[in-house]
Amino acid sequence: MAIVDDVLQTLQQDGEVVDSSRFRGDLRIVIRPESLKRVARRMQTEWGFDVLIDVTCVDYLHYEGARDRFGLVYSFLSSEAMERLWLRVFLNEPELEVDSLVPLYESANWMEREVYDLFGIRFRGHPDLRRILLPEAFTDHPLRKDYPLQGRGERHHLPVVTRGES
Amino acid sequence: MAVDLPDNVVVTRLDTLASWCRKNSLWPMPFATACCGIELMATGASRHDLARFGAEVFRFTPRQCDLMIVAGRVVMKMLPVLQRIWQQMHEPKWCISMGACCSSGGVFDTYAVVQGIDRFVPVDMYIPGCPPRPEQLIQAIIDLQDLITARETTMGTEAEIGRPEPPKRALLELPIISGQPSSSMRSAASGSGGHGDR
Repeated sequence: MAIVDDVLQTLQQDGEVVDSSRFRGDLRIVIRPESLKRVARRMQTEWGFDVLIDVTCVDYLHYEGARDRFGLVYSFLSSEAMERLWLRVFLNEPELEVDSLVPLYESANWMEREVYDLFGIRFRGHPDLRRILLPEAFTDHPLRKDYPLQGRGERHHLPVVTRGES
Repeated sequence: MAVDLPDNVVVTRLDTLASWCRKNSLWPMPFATACCGIELMATGASRHDLARFGAEVFRFTPRQCDLMIVAGRVVMKMLPVLQRIWQQMHEPKWCISMGACCSSGGVFDTYAVVQGIDRFVPVDMYIPGCPPRPEQLIQAIIDLQDLITARETTMGTEAEIGRPEPPKRALLELPIISGQPSSSMRSAASGSGGHGDR
């Protein structure tokens, strides 16, 4: 039996699984936000998922059939068994906060900063939760679907250097 | 009053002499952020050979440059860098905005892309195109040389004097400006054509 099946079975017995699905052989498990860190620790210690490949987010605003606003995606890899597994967590306003995985996986650091930068989701216990891509002075989170493509005028309000002062 | 001059003496205005020196030794600062930078490199390479116009000395420190060629899109976070590099360059200095993205934002009409660097730094010459061909960049440098000849002064007082900018050579030769194709255009069209002979 593949490790991912064991993970699913065990987590189901422990009542952690909200939903699960497969797409082209890849297993996706939806869990509750409060159990994310606990499950991630078990992934690391019990089943040997030693690499956190990606942390990203999807905004489901106006998405057909969606019940939740934001969906976090955690992509794990076991480099020994070469098996992959996706954990999903759904968040809704105003509680856009979830435990940081930086204590478990160092690679989560910059990826969580990116999610914070572009979606405004805060990670509890992150050592350095600053913007990573956008300028420090930026106030919005532009990958949210309710943010206009052309921005709210941030790109126009920058200091000007004239011929005289340069 | 006529003055007899020896054969090896030439009389000119100091502004003309200074501008002549400046325009034939432009040292570009390649601020290349995107695909326009590839065309910029091609312009400097052997086929198009920017050295023919005295502008081949690309320097990667702004302290040694007097022509900033901004090639590519500039985002909000890059703009302070651009402005700082511009301020580090010594006078006299000029700026070419190369390509559609740099001049107007181009197709990148998004929240983070600056919609034309001329909103935030002074620009002397704009090049259309996406990306422009090396010939267009060379034309812009020729036009900038004309501008330097016509406008610049030794002491940098051209803004106070307010000399008008000269009409651009390339535009004067275009049939859409003058209404009639010029003689040089006709001869190029009737001849075998420069591009096909390579």
